Amino acid sequence: MAGKARPASDVPAWLVGMPLSYWVVGIVLLFMPVLANDFVLFQILGWSFILGMIALSLMFLGGYGGMVSLAQMSIAALAGYMVAILGTSGVQAISLHWPWWLYVPVAIIVAAIFATMIGALAVRTEGIYTIMITLAIAAAFFYFTRQNYTIFNGYSGFANVVPPELFGINWRRPIPFYYLALFCAAISYLVVVYVSRSPFGLALQGVRDNPRRMAALGFNVVMHRVVAYTFASVIAAVAGILLVWQNAQISPGTAGLPAVIDILVIAIVGGLARPIGPFIGALIYVLLRTFSPDVLLTLGLPGDRFKLMIGLGFLAVVYWSPDGVLGLWDRWRTHRRKAADPLTGQGGAP
Amino acid sequence: MKLKLICTVAALAILAPAAAMAADTIKIGLMAPQEGVFTEPGNDGIRGFKLALNKYNGEINGKKIEWVLGPTDATPDTASRIARKLIEQDKVDFIIGPLSGSEGIALRDYAKTIPEKTIINSASGALETTYVDPAPNFFRFHPDGAQWGYGLGSYVVNEKGWKRVATIAADYSFGYTNFMGFAVDFCKAGGEIVEKFWLPLGSGDFASIIAALPDDVDAIYLGVGGTDAINFLNQYEQAGGDTNIIGGTIMVDQTVLTARGRAKEMLVGTPSSGPQADDWEDAGWQAYVKDYQETFPENERFPSPSLFATNYYGATLAAMMALDKIGGEFDEGQKNFHAALAGLEFDTPNGHIKLDDNRQAIGSIFITEVVEEADGGLHNTFKAKVDDVNQTLGMSKEEFDKIGLPSRDTPDCAALQPG
Repeated sequence: MAGKARPASDVPAWLVGMPLSYWVVGIVLLFMPVLANDFVLFQILGWSFILGMIALSLMFLGGYGGMVSLAQMSIAALAGYMVAILGTSGVQAISLHWPWWLYVPVAIIVAAIFATMIGALAVRTEGIYTIMITLAIAAAFFYFTRQNYTIFNGYSGFANVVPPELFGINWRRPIPFYYLALFCAAISYLVVVYVSRSPFGLALQGVRDNPRRMAALGFNVVMHRVVAYTFASVIAAVAGILLVWQNAQISPGTAGLPAVIDILVIAIVGGLARPIGPFIGALIYVLLRTFSPDVLLTLGLPGDRFKLMIGLGFLAVVYWSPDGVLGLWDRWRTHRRKAADPLTGQGGAP
Repeated sequence: MKLKLICTVAALAILAPAAAMAADTIKIGLMAPQEGVFTEPGNDGIRGFKLALNKYNGEINGKKIEWVLGPTDATPDTASRIARKLIEQDKVDFIIGPLSGSEGIALRDYAKTIPEKTIINSASGALETTYVDPAPNFFRFHPDGAQWGYGLGSYVVNEKGWKRVATIAADYSFGYTNFMGFAVDFCKAGGEIVEKFWLPLGSGDFASIIAALPDDVDAIYLGVGGTDAINFLNQYEQAGGDTNIIGGTIMVDQTVLTARGRAKEMLVGTPSSGPQADDWEDAGWQAYVKDYQETFPENERFPSPSLFATNYYGATLAAMMALDKIGGEFDEGQKNFHAALAGLEFDTPNGHIKLDDNRQAIGSIFITEVVEEADGGLHNTFKAKVDDVNQTLGMSKEEFDKIGLPSRDTPDCAALQPG
C-alpha cells in the first residue's frame, strides 16, 4: 500500500490518519516469518492471536458494554466443536463430512445463536451476577460436553480435525497458519475499533455508563446488550475455529474452567480499556505458559512449580497496574509528558 | 532503559538453553503431568525415567544424554502443545511420554506430522493409540488398558467361582478400555454381567448407584481410581454393603491402598490385574524395587514403585537399548532408530516384552490379590501371571474387531458367552 506513488489527495483520510505505531506493528507482524522460526510463528504468535481474539470478545463486552462474560471460551469451543462435528474428524461415527464453505458459516451461526441466548439470559443481571451466571453456563457446557456421547463424544472429544486444503495450501503449516491467524486477528481488531465508534458502539458505551438515561433517550437498552453478545460471539467463534485447527483436536478440557478463567486473566492483564489490550495479555500469557518451566529449571528449581511463576507474573502486573499492561503504558506516557521542562514546556513527548 | 535491559537479559536467558546444543549430545523430551489429578503418578514416572537413565550412567557411546521436562496437565490440548514445544523449540531427538489415555491419542496424531522424529509412549493406556490408524514412529513398550484387564475374568470365574457380577466403572476412555479387557475374558469364561453403571470422573456422591445395585450378585467390579474409589468404598461400607469386590487396574493402586479410613478393610481379598505385582519374587523385579528404594529418599517416593514408574522405566530402557544398538548416531529421518526400537525384545522388571506390527507391546499381565500386612498396611500379592497377552486379547484381528472398540455398550457380554 505504502509503495504505490499516489497523489496525496487520493489517499483516503483514514489511511493518512493512521498513527505511526500501527505502521510499525503491522510491518513487523507481516514480516515476522523472516525473523522467527516455525515454533514462534505457530505456537507463540498463532496461539496468542487466537487467545487474544477470544479475550477481545470479552473486552468488547466488558470494556464497552460493562458486562463481564465468562462464557466466551465456551462459545469459542462450541464453534470448534461444530467444525469437528459437521466437518471431518477422526470420529467417523459422528462427523458429517460437510464441505468447509458450509460448516464454517454454520459453526459461526450456531455459536452466535448460543451466545444470543446466553446474552438474553445474562443481561437481566448486573455486575457480579452476570459473572456468576455466565460462569454457571460455562461450567454446564463443560460438564455437558463431557457427559454427552451422541453429539460431543464425551471425554475423548474429537481428534484429527484439520483445516481444509484450500488453494493447494496446507493451512496447518506454520507460515500459512500464522498469516491466517494474523488476518483474522487484524480484522477482528479493526472491526471492534470501527464498531466502538459507530452509533451502535457509542450507544452501547452510553448504556454502560448510564442505562436509565439511555432508556429515557429512547434507546432499547436490553436489545443493545443482547446484540453486543451476538457481535462478540462472532469473534470468539472465529477464534474457536482457528483453535480447533491449530490443536487438530477438541475435547471438553478445551473449555474447562481453567481455560475459562485464563481468558478473563488475559483480558484483565492486557487491559479492558482498548482492543489492543487482550492481544498484549495473550502474548504475555503464552510466553509465561511456554517458557516458565525452562526458567525454573535453569534456576535449579523444580519444574512442577511453573504455575506459581505464572501466578506471580500476573500478580505483579495486577498489583502495579490494576488496569493491566495498557495502564502501565498510559502512566509511563503521562510521566514522560510531566518530565518536560516546566519553564519552556519542551522536551517531553508531544 | 534499565527495564529494557532487564527484559533483554531475561529473554536471552530463556532462549539461551535452546541455542546451546552441541552435536555430541542426545536430547530427550520427557512428558509428565505436573498439575491436576495425575501429578503424583507423573512424579513417580519421572523417578522411573531417572532410574533407567542411571543404568546407563546418562550416556550412550560417549554421548551425553540431556533431557527436558515437558509439564502437562493430562489433557490432550496441553499434551500436543508441549510435544510441539519439545520438538520445535527445544529440538529434542525423541519424546518419552505421555501418561494419560487421551494424551496418547493426541500424540499419535501429532507423531504423524513429524515422521523423522520418534515418540515412545510412557504410560498412556488407550487402545486406539496403537490400534486405530497407528503412527509409524509411535512406539508403546507396555500393554494397553484392555490388556491390563485380561486374565482377571477367567480367574474370578474359575478360582473364586464368581459368575454373576454388577460393574461400576469410570465413564471415560480408560474406564471402558480397562473394563473391556476384564469383560471379554469374563464373559468367555461363562460369567454374566447383570448390570453396568458408569461413573463420571470426580463425582462425589454414589448413593443412587449404591441403592440401585442388585443384591443377587456374587461380586461387583469396580473400575474407578483415586479419590473416586475411596469415596465409593466409604459410602458403600456405610450403606452396609458386603459383597465381594473385583478391582480394575487403577482401583488397587498405592494411592487407594495407602488411604486412611475403613474403606480399605473392604479391599482385603480383592482380586485385580495389571502390569505388576508388588511382591513378585522374580529376581529382576526385586532388584528393580530395591534400586527404586535406594535411589530415592523415603519421603520422596512410594513404598514400592507404582505402575507409572515401572512403565516410564520400561519405555526409557527401550529407548536406551535402541540408542545403544545404533551407537547413539541417528541417520536420515531416524530410520535406524525406528528399526532398532521395532526389533527390540527384552526383559523389563515386569516381564518379557516384544512389539507387534503396530509397535504395541505384547507382554505379561499379573493377577493379584490385596492382602493385609503385619503392620496393618495393604499390598497386592502375586497370584498368577499371564504371559504374551497381545492387543487383540488372544483373538484373531477379525474376531477382535467384531467386538468393536471399547465404549459404554461394548463389549456385549451375551454375544461372548460360550454356547
